[in-house]
Amino acid sequence: MGSIDVPLKAGGFGQTRRRDLWWVHPLAVFLGLSAFIVYSTWAGLQGAHYRFGPYLSPLYSPELWGDPAHALFGGKPSWFPSWLIFSPAIFILWAPGGFRVTCYYYRGAYYKAFWADPPSCTVGEPRKVYRGERSFPLILQNIHRYFLYLALVIIVILAHDAWDGFWFDGHFQVHVGSLVLLLNVLLLGSYTLGCHSLRHLVGGIMDRLSRSPVRKKAYDCVSCLNAHHMRWAWFSLFWVGFTDFYVRMCSMGVFTDWRIL
Amino acid sequence: MAEATFRIWRGEKGSGGFRDYRTEVGPGMVVLDAIHEIQATQANDLAVRWNCKAGKCGSCSAEINGSPRLMCMTRLSTLPLDKPVTLEPMRTFPPVKDLVTDVSFNYRAKKKIKPFQPRKPDRPDGTWTIAQQDVERVQEFHKCIECFLCQDVCHVLREHHLYEQFIGPRLFVYTAALEMHPLDTADRVPELRGPDGIGFCNITKCCTKVCPEEIHITDNAIIPLKERVVDRFYDPVKRLFRVFSGSARR
Repeated sequence: MGSIDVPLKAGGFGQTRRRDLWWVHPLAVFLGLSAFIVYSTWAGLQGAHYRFGPYLSPLYSPELWGDPAHALFGGKPSWFPSWLIFSPAIFILWAPGGFRVTCYYYRGAYYKAFWADPPSCTVGEPRKVYRGERSFPLILQNIHRYFLYLALVIIVILAHDAWDGFWFDGHFQVHVGSLVLLLNVLLLGSYTLGCHSLRHLVGGIMDRLSRSPVRKKAYDCVSCLNAHHMRWAWFSLFWVGFTDFYVRMCSMGVFTDWRIL
Repeated sequence: MAEATFRIWRGEKGSGGFRDYRTEVGPGMVVLDAIHEIQATQANDLAVRWNCKAGKCGSCSAEINGSPRLMCMTRLSTLPLDKPVTLEPMRTFPPVKDLVTDVSFNYRAKKKIKPFQPRKPDRPDGTWTIAQQDVERVQEFHKCIECFLCQDVCHVLREHHLYEQFIGPRLFVYTAALEMHPLDTADRVPELRGPDGIGFCNITKCCTKVCPEEIHITDNAIIPLKERVVDRFYDPVKRLFRVFSGSARR
């Protein structure tokens, strides 16, 4: 292919002739993601107040090592480094965190909001060199589907947690916390099951889906959720944080977990 | 009738500047109407490319108040007319004159893409049978009018000028239409990863936002193609499976 003349000179960082408030959206993404990262890191490192009655905070589920009375493998493992803060969430958070970091929606959002690459459409960038996702480290974004597999397992576990949240001393009851946990798994499920990688794996990979009616149906369902992937991503992110906050406040005695039924 | 100011880029081969024109504006007018009025009454030599005035030919692409849009589909009632409306050519392509740019890069890049290669006909009379649900996906891509607004807004081309390494969103849509076609047998995945440069796309979705045909360029074309590249080159389990199953596409 022949070379191309350089077009009109590109503007400097932040330069644009756009008249709208183009900086509002990346700023909102920056603040929203930063707030969640700060809260989830703080909450995940507390190692306390993550259980209340039948409720388990989603930041700590499944509890692999932690409270010997509930954790799958007992208390703090002997091999755990003494210099590292111990919290059951450490063993879990990397998986859903990796799923969100490598998610196609979040990638586009945080490249703009955190790297200004670009700050917004038709707005000048701060750097002249650009390598995209072709080379290290961003080429690692291609492992997204492996985080998807882990996220699907976690959804099943969170669904079990939500079911447990309706059982109080062997009796089925509906409390505010039960609904908080249920909504959490519904939102997370809608986000995870609308994943672009899942859409590809269940049917997008095929050019003749009509020959596989089950996969065609699955593809249509995932596509339906995928159409609102951004919305599910934000709603589920907020609600995960809120669910942990609710359980934490109940455990600390700040909130009363009202019974509805 | 009310009047509005249009700040139009005038110049040739990259040198030039903005010039203000005032003209009357009325209900129902689009930007291209105002340009034609200015051309008829004040600037007979104003160069502007247009054809159908119906948003179907893709000729009148320009940047209106900094956003890539079709002039024929941008109603003046949607713009703040208390300030001058800026009009400039697409910045990603070399300027020819005034609002006209040289978009031949797109046609040269298109020639690099493997053409449609249908499988053998299903019947002796040389015909095929295709299920409607199998072509629905690619029919969305056939709506493209080649206005090249998506190419213009893409920062990989616009800011970084990687014309030799990246074919751009329009041509990923074109590739997707071929690659996902139920009759097609050609393999374009190695080229997508290599010379077509799909890895440069960082999913900003700017191309989707400016598409006048509302094609979901990122979600339905680019990301599915990226996933096919992942299948072939970045998924160790699938790669291992292909080694043991003896699949040719390793």
